Formats: sequence, C-alpha cells, structure tokens
Amino acid sequence: MERENRAVLTGKHFMLGDYACAEGAIAAGCRFFAGYPITPATEIAERMARRLPEVGGIYIQMEDELASMAAIIGASYAGVKAMTATSGPGFSLMQENIGLAAMTETPCVVVNIMRGGPSTGQPTKPGQQDVMQAKWGSHGDYEVIALSPASPQEMFDLTIECFNLSEAYRVPAFLLADEIVGHMRERVVIPRAEEIKIVNRKKPKVSPSEYLPYKASDDLVPPMACFGEGYHVHITGLTHDERGYPQTDSIEVQRDLIMRICDKIRKNADKIIKVKDFMLEDAEIAVVAYGIASRSALSAVRKAREKGIRAGLLRLITIWPFAEKIIAELATRVKALVVPEMNYGQVVREVERMAKGTPVYFLPKFGEEPHRPFEILELIEKVKENG
Amino acid sequence: MGETQELVVHPLAKYLRMDRIPHIWCEGCGNGIILNCFIRALDELKIDLDKLVVVSGIGCMGRAAGYLNCDSFHTTHGRAIALATGIKLANPELKVVVLSGDGDLFAIGGNHFIHAARRNIDITVICANNFNYGMTGGQHGPTTPLDARTTTTPYGNIEHPFNLVHLAAAAGAVYVARWTALHVRRLTKSMEKALQKKGFTFIEVISPCPEIYGRYNKLGTALDMMKMYREISEIKHGCDPAKAEVSPKRIVVGEFVDLEKPTFEESVMQQIADVKKRISKGGI
Repeated sequence: MERENRAVLTGKHFMLGDYACAEGAIAAGCRFFAGYPITPATEIAERMARRLPEVGGIYIQMEDELASMAAIIGASYAGVKAMTATSGPGFSLMQENIGLAAMTETPCVVVNIMRGGPSTGQPTKPGQQDVMQAKWGSHGDYEVIALSPASPQEMFDLTIECFNLSEAYRVPAFLLADEIVGHMRERVVIPRAEEIKIVNRKKPKVSPSEYLPYKASDDLVPPMACFGEGYHVHITGLTHDERGYPQTDSIEVQRDLIMRICDKIRKNADKIIKVKDFMLEDAEIAVVAYGIASRSALSAVRKAREKGIRAGLLRLITIWPFAEKIIAELATRVKALVVPEMNYGQVVREVERMAKGTPVYFLPKFGEEPHRPFEILELIEKVKENG
Repeated sequence: MGETQELVVHPLAKYLRMDRIPHIWCEGCGNGIILNCFIRALDELKIDLDKLVVVSGIGCMGRAAGYLNCDSFHTTHGRAIALATGIKLANPELKVVVLSGDGDLFAIGGNHFIHAARRNIDITVICANNFNYGMTGGQHGPTTPLDARTTTTPYGNIEHPFNLVHLAAAAGAVYVARWTALHVRRLTKSMEKALQKKGFTFIEVISPCPEIYGRYNKLGTALDMMKMYREISEIKHGCDPAKAEVSPKRIVVGEFVDLEKPTFEESVMQQIADVKKRISKGGI
C-alpha cells in the first residue's frame, strides 16, 4: 500500500528502539543526519540512510563524531532540522561542538545510546553513565535539555520532543537512551501527521538592517535568521554581543550572554520538565529512576505493594534540566528515596542534593545487565525494615 | 563651519562589515591581502552576498569570516570544513567558502580536509599558509619548514612539513592552486576560477607573518619577505603537485589540478530523485 505521507509511518509497528528514534526524527521534520557508526547507535544511522532519501533529506556519514556534530550545526544554521546519533565514545568527541551549539544557540538533536564505559568499555552492553557528561561535558557554563526514554514508543515520542524543545529554546537537546531501549523491539504506535505537535524555531520579524541576531525578548530566546535569508549574520563561538560580534574583553557582555543562555533553560525549567509518577500519593518509600532502570523499578514497586509496603516510583523523563522542585517536594513527603541507576552514582547525587536530609539509598549497576526487579525490591524491603 | 564634505566610500566597502574595521591583523600580515583578493573576486563575479556563506576556523585567518558582510560562521578550531559541509548539503543554493589558516586546516582539521576533498563537497577552501601558529604566538605546525625556528622548535624544526597542494590533489580536490601574497592578480583570478568551479577547490596562499615567523627566522620586514617571494617563486602551471616544492629556497606556484568529477551534492540529489521515482512506481 502506498503511504500518503512517507515522513510519518502512521500505524502500529513492532519496531526496534533505534528505528523508532529515526522515525521520530523524520516525523519531527529532521531532514539532515550526519553520523559515524558506533554500537549500539548504528541502527539509527542505517535507518536514516534508508529513509531520508525517501523524504528528500540528506544522510551523510562523516569521518568522525567531531565532524558529525559540526555538520549538524552547519545544517541547522542553513535552516534544516538536523540530528546525529552516537554512543559514549562518540559523545565524548562531540562535546567540543556541543559547546559551540550551546554558545551559538543552534537547535540540534544528539542521540546517545549509552553503553558501558569509560573509554571503549562494553560496546554491546547497556549503561547510564553519560548523564553527567551530558550536562557538564563541554567546557564553560551552559545549559542543555536531555530526555530519557524507557521504551521504543518513547524513542519515537521523545525524539520528536527533543526536536521541539531544541527548536523552541535554541539549545542542543539530547535523547539519552541506553542500549537496551535502543535494541529492544516493542509495539510502537505512530499517530497521523496532523496529530503530531511540531515546534519550529522563531524567525525574525524585522528587516535585516534592524535585526540583531542575539537580541532576545522576555523569553530569552532570540529569533533565528538562517544562512541565505539575507540577514548577513555572523556566528561565532567567541563571546559575542547582540550583533553577534566577538567581544572577548568585556565583563558585561560575557556575563549577559552566559546568564541568558543558562537562564533561558533554568527559568523555563517548569515548562520543560516532564516526569511520570506511579503510586506516589501515599508512598513512604519513593524510587527515583529513569530509562531502563525505571522499568525494573516499576516492577519492584508493584511487588512491594503486594507485600504491603507503601512504595512508589518517580520516573524522570526529563533528566536535564533536573526536576529539582519535584524531588525536593517529594522528599518532604516520604521517609526515604531509592535510586537505582546503571552507573556508580550520577543522578543519585542530584537527588541527594534536593533530598535535604531525607535518606537516599543508591543501587548501582555497572553494566552488562539491567537491575533485576528483585534487587530493587530487596533494597526497598531493607529500607522499610530500617524504618 | 565649512560645508560638510561627502564621505568617500570605498567601492568595495559593501563587502566588509565596516563597523568591525580596523582588523586585528599585524602590520605586514598577508591576511589582509588575501581578503582583498577575495572580495575583488566576489566583485568580479558579482556574487550574490545573500547567498554566500564564509566559514572559518580558529587562528589569525579565522577572523576573516567576521569581517565579511555576508552570512559567516567562525567555528571551533579545525572544524570549519565539517561545518561548511553541513551548510552546503542543507542548502545547496548557497556558495560556501572556507577561509582559514594552515594550522587550523591541516593539523587539528586535517582529517576533515581530506575527507571533504575525497567526497568532492562543492566548497572552496582558501588557506593562508604562514608556516606557523600566529595567533598563539608562533609555534610550529604541519607546514613549518625543516630547521625553521619557532617558539616550540627553539633548536630547529625536526618535523617534515606537508606539501598542501600535493595533499589536496591526492585527496581528490578538483582544483588546486598555490600563490603567494605577492601574486595578487593571479591569486584573484585563481579565486574567481575556484569560486565558479563545481566541487572541492583549494587554493594555498603563502602568506607573510613578519611579526612572528619572520622575526624568529630572521626574514626581515614584510617588504623583505615579499621580495623573497619574488626571488624564489616560480610559476609552473600544470606542475605535478608532488613536485611543487615549497621551501625557504623555492616556492613553485600556479594551477596544478583542474579536473571534472561529480560533486557529492549532485550525486546525493540524483540518488534522492531516483529513490522518489522508485517510490512513485511502487518499487520501495
């Protein structure tokens, strides 16, 4: 059957997480992909190489991840929604130009299908070890947005959300998935094109002679003129003023720019942040988890309830900006917080920062396999026994 | 008070962001000459400034992008070509030019250069080669001649330099030329040719850095360096790029490569058209 709209494969699918991510990108309007093969993200590139030409988009396999990240910034500034996909080692290489994207406020999406690290680590095994790197990986002060999917359906949905947030706030947005979600096949429901919410970058409403590329109004996000539109913009990774011109020895310009590129996210955090909660209303023990670990956590919470323990789950969908207020409020209502994650302590530090005295119990997992529900259950039971 | 005199505007001022002048370059630097040749080439070809994007990396020549009155991107160190690739592919209507230096393009950015040349991305790369890292105060780089003195080769350079035109030709560039900052008319014509030609075009410009490289190597003033270029340069069009010597004793200049092959953009657009045709016939 010929599909009316090849960009949106409306219907029910049994689909690989990595493929669902590629489909989400195309549905969101992504028409440029630059990447470099890396396990376990390669299937995204493969799907994009096959699918983008069908919708008139460009796929290019670059020489490395430094180039991939640079190319998507160039494509985005030329007016096309752009994405790359990688895993930890490639994400490390991308940090340089992630900083450039943050500094030049270039909308772009970076998918990181996390595997075990550090270094080459365990290429085919899952991990959640790049969460802090996603926030702090490039030098200097900046903010990003990062979302964490827990299913192939969310690989589709949250990739679209990444594009929308990236366009709305002119920031690099990350889909921080893990190998299991990337390589999992599950039911993915793709809605009709008109049911998908698409956000596009704000364009200037003034003439080129009046336009200041980095002058923002109250929302702190400047309208974006792209190359070829007659605005003659100068874009630089140097500290720049509202004209976009380098100002490398002004304290005020540096301060104003850094505050704005951070505050446009910080001040809109409540609008950006999404979480899901399960059985938290009367919970005395709250599990805080994201990605694949949240699926094991949900199972553990249900089993704890069966045993009469009032446990609940807060699933973080938005990792960055961090759900500070939500966790601070939760910490006032529960006796303890439990954080299982596939690393040796990353998001747990943020939870501890917001828990303000409420005990936080950490359950690390170093890779190889996800948390088993009974492992989380055992910790919940122990926490319960300790009162 | 007398009558207000009408301000005389230079006929090429429209190509520059005059509110950013004076530039940061040292007296005697070749970068201004290269930029001058470039805007004269733009003027001669009547390039639409609304459809021109100049991309540069980091370094002295990297600042050139910011002086031009067109869309421009001053990128991270070494990444100008990779970013330019994204711009060109996303909007093939744009004329995309990379202006940068030898350290930026061939040390930290060397990998991007050879791969863009191999793919035949339709961009023009103009390299100001001053044989050292000027912006950071004169360290040796991938083009520094053997035995040359720099701040990081205080006992003489022991590394073998790249021959940039040989590298470009071997990597697949469709147009390769070398000039010095002395050859302003030939350089301008060469830029016009490169800008008109489809595919990956490359021009190396040997450029004086009298304040730093020249000082360390006792090459005299900027004028002395220009005189030296006149004495040791030799025009040899069509010379085998492998034999196009560049050394303190001899600089072979001219056009070395000028050939035709499909660009990446042409090929990818053809492929997209083919895929769409197959879809319409129910083949995919």
